[in-house]
Amino acid sequence: MSEPLLQAVNLECERDDRILFRNLSFSILPGTLTRVEGPNGSGKTTLLRILAGLNDSYSGDLLWRGKHRHGYREEFLRNMLYLGHRPGIKPLLTPMENLRALMAGRRSLSDKVLWQALEGTGLDGFQTVPCRNLSAGQQRRVALARLLIADEPLWILDEVFTAIDIHGVAALERLLAERVDNGGAIIVTTHHELRLPSMQRITLGGGDDYGL
Amino acid sequence: MASEFRVTLRSPDLSVGVATAMKAVFLRDVKTAFRQPQDLLNPLLFFVMVVTLFPLGVSPEVSFLQQAGSGILWVAALLSVLLSLDHLYRHDFDDGTLEQLVLQPQPLFLLVLAKSLAHWVLTGLPLVLLTPVLGVMVHLEGNSVAVLCLTLLIGTPVLSLIGSIGAALTLGLRSAGVLLSLLIIPLYIPVLIFGTGTVMAASEGAPVAGQLALMGAFLVLALTLAPFASAAALRISLSNS
Repeated sequence: MSEPLLQAVNLECERDDRILFRNLSFSILPGTLTRVEGPNGSGKTTLLRILAGLNDSYSGDLLWRGKHRHGYREEFLRNMLYLGHRPGIKPLLTPMENLRALMAGRRSLSDKVLWQALEGTGLDGFQTVPCRNLSAGQQRRVALARLLIADEPLWILDEVFTAIDIHGVAALERLLAERVDNGGAIIVTTHHELRLPSMQRITLGGGDDYGL
Repeated sequence: MASEFRVTLRSPDLSVGVATAMKAVFLRDVKTAFRQPQDLLNPLLFFVMVVTLFPLGVSPEVSFLQQAGSGILWVAALLSVLLSLDHLYRHDFDDGTLEQLVLQPQPLFLLVLAKSLAHWVLTGLPLVLLTPVLGVMVHLEGNSVAVLCLTLLIGTPVLSLIGSIGAALTLGLRSAGVLLSLLIIPLYIPVLIFGTGTVMAASEGAPVAGQLALMGAFLVLALTLAPFASAAALRISLSNS
């Protein structure tokens, strides 16, 4: 059987004297989709930022392929893709320039591949328009274009469906399902009802103990 | 279906070197700045304005300006760099590119160094280029102007590098401008003292090689240590946001 990519052991996070979660343990296996659920303010984004390595204010252990993550920063980051609330898109740059800058530190891809990725997210004809002239949904699509060319085994996606139209949502669901079938691990938060089989759920904001 | 899962983990991709990543960070900042030229021009105009205030407000006499000119230009350059610092990480923080920068597999301090260099090219270097014109305005002699430009050429990168630490630390705050100045100005004082001191020595005909070497040492110190501090400060600021 495949070993877990990421394991959380007894995670606990406190914010503003409020315990967001405690005794939270779970494993992220290759080929699974994990959905983090909970009402607004229950700490979904905080949990995802902790998993991605952006937030250090937690106690408990995070294991990357069975080993403590601290010593494997570079390996972890090469194998993890995080898309946050803020899309990481510079309004003054064009989608092509944005995508090129975002991919530059990860893979060397030809402009043709990037161009096609933007085409694939429905931005054909907008590749060279400054992003500030695009709608909020289109700007998010620029960030989502990374998913079409990403080969990182672990994706951490925070509210990916925000501002995306119905067709976009359906296409994105297909993309996620396909990715999971090919062995990718995905962690998402969304208020959108996902139509995907076999989903692991992590529910926050329930009682005191959220262990799975 | 579980038995078929085959995840290929990505090993370090040697085709994407650290230099490529740094270049991309540098180019993105430069490109963004040129799309919004007012952000480039504001510190320069501020620099010219502040220098102009002294002949108008204190004294237009040649003897005073020759005496105080190098100090005026240095202080004005320092303030103008300070003015531009708040933008260094703020926009990136707001639009989420900073998160992606921190999550790049390359060492963060090198990416931060690339950002600091871009900041210097966009603010410090134009100030150095403008200095000869303003030097003539405050009646500095040719030799003094040359030395002044040299001290600013060595000194302004130090200002950008040290300022980057303050900008990273105050990132999570709503109105960081004043706090940023309070944090950073004390750290600028040594550079200012040696910068103006060197020009003074030059105008009196004394040798300046030693002082310039000391400023060079400041630059090396800032180049090697400031990016580490900035990277750590960025992590803290992002962790608390």
